[in-house]
Amino acid sequence: MNLAVQVMNEEENQITVSVEGEVDVYTAPQLREKLLPLCDGKHCIIVDLTHVDYIDSTGLGVLIGAYKAQRATAGKFVISGMNARLSRLFKITGLNEVMEIEDKVQEDGC
Amino acid sequence: MNDKPLDLVNLMIPAKPDYVGIARLAVSGIANRMGFSYDDIEDLKLAVSEACTNAVDHAYCGGEGEIEVNCNIFTNRIQIEVIDRGNSFNVEEVEKRTGPIKMGRSMNAIRERGLGLYLIKSLMDHVDIKGDNGVIVKMTKYIRKDVVEPHVETSTSFPTNG
Repeated sequence: MNLAVQVMNEEENQITVSVEGEVDVYTAPQLREKLLPLCDGKHCIIVDLTHVDYIDSTGLGVLIGAYKAQRATAGKFVISGMNARLSRLFKITGLNEVMEIEDKVQEDGC
Repeated sequence: MNDKPLDLVNLMIPAKPDYVGIARLAVSGIANRMGFSYDDIEDLKLAVSEACTNAVDHAYCGGEGEIEVNCNIFTNRIQIEVIDRGNSFNVEEVEKRTGPIKMGRSMNAIRERGLGLYLIKSLMDHVDIKGDNGVIVKMTKYIRKDVVEPHVETSTSFPTNG
């Protein structure tokens, strides 16, 4: 029951946050601490969920908070790498209608 | 629905974020043994986590407390009760505020919390919540079999996949 969050700033205007493991009430604060300060609208934020085995409403709440912070400053916020399970969760909650979701990170990014 | 459970697995965890994953793992193991599908096991894990998370967040106001997770095992379903003995709440009021996120709302109207109860109701077959003396979330999920096998005998022992 672990969470690893890796932040990569490979391009000037783009930051990729790779999340690995389980995001729940125990690990979500870790994700919030790393993700939220990046959402200042200066970069395009891509959250890569390819290696997320489990996420619940606490984790979704962190993503919603980050999305709101980023949008408030007119920044772009993209979710990538969702598996079928996560995709279903986004559909049930309606988040797929709100957030930009792409199957995989495109080469040219934002 | 008035039949007796074949078995009962009872788990008591401290109402702390650290232990929610333990309840999730236990339920996952039980559901796996009962023959639930992968997707249904994931639904059960999520529903139990959401109920426990609610208890962790709201029951004891940061103080010490416990969460009881009872897994009632039936031949065709699992009934899970997540019980805390902390703060009660007005179930009807809270249920009014839950639901999916809708497009067209202003940014501030998009909630960061409050999806938990909605997820539980979406993922389980039957949910009953009582908020009088602490909170009891009772939720049931049926084992779905894609193909109904002929000549199935009712087993009185713990159902297995083998």
